[in-house]
Amino acid sequence: MVKVPDTSTPFFEYAPAPESRSIVDIKPSYGLFIDGEFVDGHGKSFKTISPSTEEVLAEVAEADEADVDLAVKAARRAYTRVWSRMPGSERAKYLFRIARLIQERGRELAVLESIDNGKPIKESRDVDIPTVAAHFFYYAGWADKLEHAGLGANPQAHGVAGQVIPWNFPLLMLAWKVAPALAAGNTVVLKPAETTPLTALLFAEICQQADLPPGVVNIVTGAGATGQAIVSHPDVDKVAFTGSTEVGKAIARAVAGTRKKVTLELGGKAANIVFDDAPVDQAVEGIVNGIFFNQGHVCCAGSRLLVQENVADEVMERLKRRMATLRVGDPLDKNTDVGAINSAEQLAKIRELSDIGEQEVAGAGERWSPACDLPSQGFWFPPTVFTGVTQAHRIAREEVFGPVLSVLTFRTPAEAVEKANNTPYGLSAGVWTDKGSRILWMANHLRAGVVWANTFNKFDPTSPFGGYKESGYGREGGLPGLAAYLKGADA
Amino acid sequence: MTTTSASTASAGVFDDITSSESSLRRFLHGLPGVDQVGAEARAASLGTRSIKTTAKAFAIDLAIRMVDLTTLEGQDTHGKVRALASKAMRPDPADPSCPAAAAVCVYPDMVATAKQTLGDSGVNVAAVATAFPSGRAALDIKLADTRDAVEAGADEIDMVIDRGAFLSGRYQQVYDEIVAVREACARPDGHSAHLKVIFETGELQTYDNVRRASWLAMMAGGHFIKTSTGKVQPAATLPVTMIMLEAVRDYREMTGQMIGVKPAGGIRTSKDAIKYLVMVNEVAGPDWLDPDWFRFGASTLLNDLLMQRTKMQTGRYSGPDYFTLD
Repeated sequence: MVKVPDTSTPFFEYAPAPESRSIVDIKPSYGLFIDGEFVDGHGKSFKTISPSTEEVLAEVAEADEADVDLAVKAARRAYTRVWSRMPGSERAKYLFRIARLIQERGRELAVLESIDNGKPIKESRDVDIPTVAAHFFYYAGWADKLEHAGLGANPQAHGVAGQVIPWNFPLLMLAWKVAPALAAGNTVVLKPAETTPLTALLFAEICQQADLPPGVVNIVTGAGATGQAIVSHPDVDKVAFTGSTEVGKAIARAVAGTRKKVTLELGGKAANIVFDDAPVDQAVEGIVNGIFFNQGHVCCAGSRLLVQENVADEVMERLKRRMATLRVGDPLDKNTDVGAINSAEQLAKIRELSDIGEQEVAGAGERWSPACDLPSQGFWFPPTVFTGVTQAHRIAREEVFGPVLSVLTFRTPAEAVEKANNTPYGLSAGVWTDKGSRILWMANHLRAGVVWANTFNKFDPTSPFGGYKESGYGREGGLPGLAAYLKGADA
Repeated sequence: MTTTSASTASAGVFDDITSSESSLRRFLHGLPGVDQVGAEARAASLGTRSIKTTAKAFAIDLAIRMVDLTTLEGQDTHGKVRALASKAMRPDPADPSCPAAAAVCVYPDMVATAKQTLGDSGVNVAAVATAFPSGRAALDIKLADTRDAVEAGADEIDMVIDRGAFLSGRYQQVYDEIVAVREACARPDGHSAHLKVIFETGELQTYDNVRRASWLAMMAGGHFIKTSTGKVQPAATLPVTMIMLEAVRDYREMTGQMIGVKPAGGIRTSKDAIKYLVMVNEVAGPDWLDPDWFRFGASTLLNDLLMQRTKMQTGRYSGPDYFTLD
């Protein structure tokens, strides 16, 4: 039996190692970034807070329909007069410049992302921001090679792209949207999520610093109504959305029957499948990384652990022991593994589904979290695992979007595939086995956009990402991600 | 040194496994595999822990107490070994609060000299035996080498396994040899020198091999498992040490007995040493954060630890000339 260590009195106590906030200059209020300038909106404003302290960080303008119209007009002007006429090699220069500025200001962006989003600095520093820069570098390379991309002789941009992004990877989702759009020759109007607008606004400053022609990138802040105004604006040619399946469906309805092109990257309930011949220590790391990375605020999170029944006890014991070493707390502490939940609203949703899950597994399994001291201020939820879960439970079917893992078992590869595919979603899956042939067989049978083998949550700008079924349609990243921003090439 | 006796480690629990070549092979090959990419990523991520202020001071003093100060050269002389032994007892002559190293590690012919200098200081003498570093000698010569070192007063024996036998799949031979050396560690007074088993992981190459060698040595009764001789590159690395820490952790879960781990060779800076301690803490657990259960086989590491220690206390870096070269 594996003993779960008592972590209440650690022998080797890591002293706090907070990253300095002084590198970031947060203004008391922000306007909208339209036509290369920060302007006041017509509407109200809203506050963005730090989820780890509930401290108000800034007042941000809420764009109304008139503001969105100005932004779309600016984007159209920039498209017609400047960006669509500019040779690809010139567009590339701007993208390379932006990529380098992101690297140069990487620490500033990472600290700001952690403050506004609540994610640990080690993730924003080591994953988010380097991947953001990598996306701009990657698509910068495509800008002057569109004719040679195998997408037709003379591929053309759509025009104005309206983009709405979520709060889980604020700047990374911006990069996934903006970099390919600009490389393909589109101009953009982008709305960051209402709880995490600050890095997008800092990105606007970087666009100014890069001397990007006015109107090529417009950033309008706001909530659902602002997003709706972008999506339904008649002069938007292409809509790209990442977020919940519910909103994604509403967007699909809104643009149905119009000429607009749409890509949607929506929710997921990914299966992380562990076979009895898996490299067990690495599999446990992969399970932890799959669901507790970014507090589980990941659309492709491995939120359903499917473990072969003959090793289930051993895997669970190892998983619990590993979970007991996760450090939950101050996102700016360099030793923090799990940060704050992004908002009170999300925390309430996680709590609600977890409480339902606790009732569902009662008698058959348990709800378990390691002992951890959660801060009194801010929004926190401990890493949590449910055992004894079945396919019939809501905790196994609905996207929790938090650090909550449901554990199910299977007996054969066919049963693993059947359970993994038995979901309305299909964004990602993970397979853990030392047998190469089984990996290939599983990958052929899993209905998921990404299948990771002996790893999880690995992202690269060259690799397309997107879903089956209610996880959305279209692909981001790689050549398909470029094609989504070119006429006739996205079929 | 306190320890759970490992002399009967395999009694009972592993009898079926170690009774034949084929059962030993089945067991070792049935251990869960190691995914190289995942293992290296995990080791690297543990290396990003930021250890500052009080935690750093704690780690540096602990690391000093874990050093097996080593000289294993053809040019070793009695004078050199005496100097090294003095250094091990009082690493920082300017600061009596600085702890002593764990042991001095020498060739068998230098054991008596080291023992004479160290006396009852508490610093142990470790001797490399069994035709170190290649292990290419007949078993009776290896055993004679071991007995010679034990008779001269060695507290600890660092043996090498027969990598040739291991790589050609003769696990029983490797096992029997460790058992025999373990018996040769016995002293007439009933005590026994502690046995560290060196794998030379740079020659075993794969993490699967490292995991198998770890279990083989633990079942055969080794008190410590050790990465390297220092004569082959790569010597100790973070991922290799992590695989061994996982092995001792799992072995304790199965048997209740703790086995020590010693990375050796190539650990030169305090920063590196602290990464190892973080790994010990988070992979094997805090029980291993003790010189009885974790050692560094090193020579130049000690002075870097001393420089960092002085920096922590004074706020200033001293030049290398303020620390003794022995």
